[in-house]
Amino acid sequence: MTATFFIFAHPFLESAFGAGTAIALVSGLVGYVVVLRGQVFAGDALSHVAFTGALAALAFGVDLRVGLYGGCVAFALLLAALGRRGGADDTVIGSMFAWVLGLGALFLSLFTTSSSGTGGSGGTTGVNVLFGSILGLSGGQALADAVVSLAVGAVLVAVARPLVFASLDPAVAVSRGVPVRALSYGFFVLLGVTAGVATQAVGALLLLGLLAAPAGAAQRLTARPFRALWLSAAIAVGSMWVGLTVTYLVPTVPPSFGILGVATSVYLGTFVWSGLARRRSDRPHPAHAVMWPA
Amino acid sequence: MTTIHLPLATLSGPGANPIDDVRQMLALHFMVNAFRAGAVVAVLGAVIGWFMVLRRQSFVGHTLAVVSFPGAAAALWLGVSVTSGYFAGSIAAALVIALVPRSPSGRAGSQESAVIGTVQAFALATGALFVSLYGGFLDSITGLLFGSFLGVSDGQVVTLAVVAVVVLATMAALARPLFFATVDREVASARGVPERALSVTFLLVLGCTAAEVSQITGSLLVFALLVMPAAAAQQLTARPVLGLCVAVALGLAVVWLSLGVAFYSTWPVGFFVSSFGFAAYLAAAGARWAGARWRGGVRSAPVFTVGVTGP
Repeated sequence: MTATFFIFAHPFLESAFGAGTAIALVSGLVGYVVVLRGQVFAGDALSHVAFTGALAALAFGVDLRVGLYGGCVAFALLLAALGRRGGADDTVIGSMFAWVLGLGALFLSLFTTSSSGTGGSGGTTGVNVLFGSILGLSGGQALADAVVSLAVGAVLVAVARPLVFASLDPAVAVSRGVPVRALSYGFFVLLGVTAGVATQAVGALLLLGLLAAPAGAAQRLTARPFRALWLSAAIAVGSMWVGLTVTYLVPTVPPSFGILGVATSVYLGTFVWSGLARRRSDRPHPAHAVMWPA
Repeated sequence: MTTIHLPLATLSGPGANPIDDVRQMLALHFMVNAFRAGAVVAVLGAVIGWFMVLRRQSFVGHTLAVVSFPGAAAALWLGVSVTSGYFAGSIAAALVIALVPRSPSGRAGSQESAVIGTVQAFALATGALFVSLYGGFLDSITGLLFGSFLGVSDGQVVTLAVVAVVVLATMAALARPLFFATVDREVASARGVPERALSVTFLLVLGCTAAEVSQITGSLLVFALLVMPAAAAQQLTARPVLGLCVAVALGLAVVWLSLGVAFYSTWPVGFFVSSFGFAAYLAAAGARWAGARWRGGVRSAPVFTVGVTGP
């Protein structure tokens, strides 16, 4: 049965699976709440800010993670502050992150030109930030990522009940004394940290998929919020495992494509499944009944 | 017609006489092409972007822009023209997003935004796969993502112009019913305006526009030209025709100014496009705020109060 334990054959795979599991778990949990609150565009914006933050740190010669977490959390707080007045306008979010991304292009060019004189790994690092390099994590980085992910996951689970309540019906939640505004700020911080940690696994451009696909699938499979929350986490972790295994077996497939390919297939599968189920019985799907009251 | 390749280092920097600088730039054929292509792209981006901002479809617009990247990467890998790759990627994604049922309330449902997000991330992952299969130079990846204005050929300018004319003609036919359906959805559908067909057509128009703009700004910075001039114009005026004109003027100014500055700078053109666009947006928002202050806050927002008032 040595084939089953191929994970432990190489230290880099052990790191990838360890960190990947924790990152997928927290992305699934946070992603479900993101989809529930209709803040997927904010996740999109943060994924681009993650790129700029990381490249800014590299261009100024500090540790990549300083810029990554700093940039994401700062921008998340900005979004939360803008959203205080009746939901952040997507035009405002769009204008801001398009500019932040332009800054990212500048930092990439500064970093690439400054490092090309001394060996020239700048372009590769830039592309790694964009598309992820989970197989390149060192043992120490993997441990740090796992700890950060699990801490975020634990906080989210602790506040899950009031958070889901505040997301589903903010007006009633306020009248019941739920601190809706504090929860909103807190959740944006969690989202920022998640974006930072997920960037190291699947890359800045692709973390949106890890947030949106498992959550969308879970939401289609069950209408009950807490079941969907955990289902989303399970789908994310499953996608990570299957995706990494595929990457190991077929080396031309980049790991990020493997992971997101599996997550996207699961999501696509839920559409096919509910289509078949609807054909079998006229009864509408439970998730449908909630999402689209006809 | 061949492109004149002068070593840029031999050119002097911007001097005291701006007219000489412009003349120096326009002596280079590739810069003339860049200005032509930039003009096409700026006009198209501003017009379609104005409707995108009005319809609150920034997320879809951004996704359609970004998915042109895997199309272009696939084209590189297969050895076909990158231009056709950009269009194939964006149009395919527009069709996928159009398949998703929309919630009856008219605002993007949470399920719809999850689909858009997944389409975007999966498309980018596919792009990464094609790049890994292609195994070529990293410069070509960053070129696809962040744009380059140096290699625009005469043929490309013609292609861009033809597509822009077709898209703008479609938009002209679409504009009135689309505006009606956007501003007052219920009344429009009661009057028999085919809302669904309109929104699918608009998605395709948006996809073509995103693919066009990608060729100059790169896949990641298309959004700067789609959203910023339009958002600035909507800060300044609520009147459709005037707003479209302002958006086009701002778009042209931003692109030409950026190309001019980038020519004399080592920094990427995408940085200048997004920075000048954002500055225009901030200036417009500031002007609106100051205007409202000056009038005593009676008329605070000339912006349409349609569509989304999120939770």
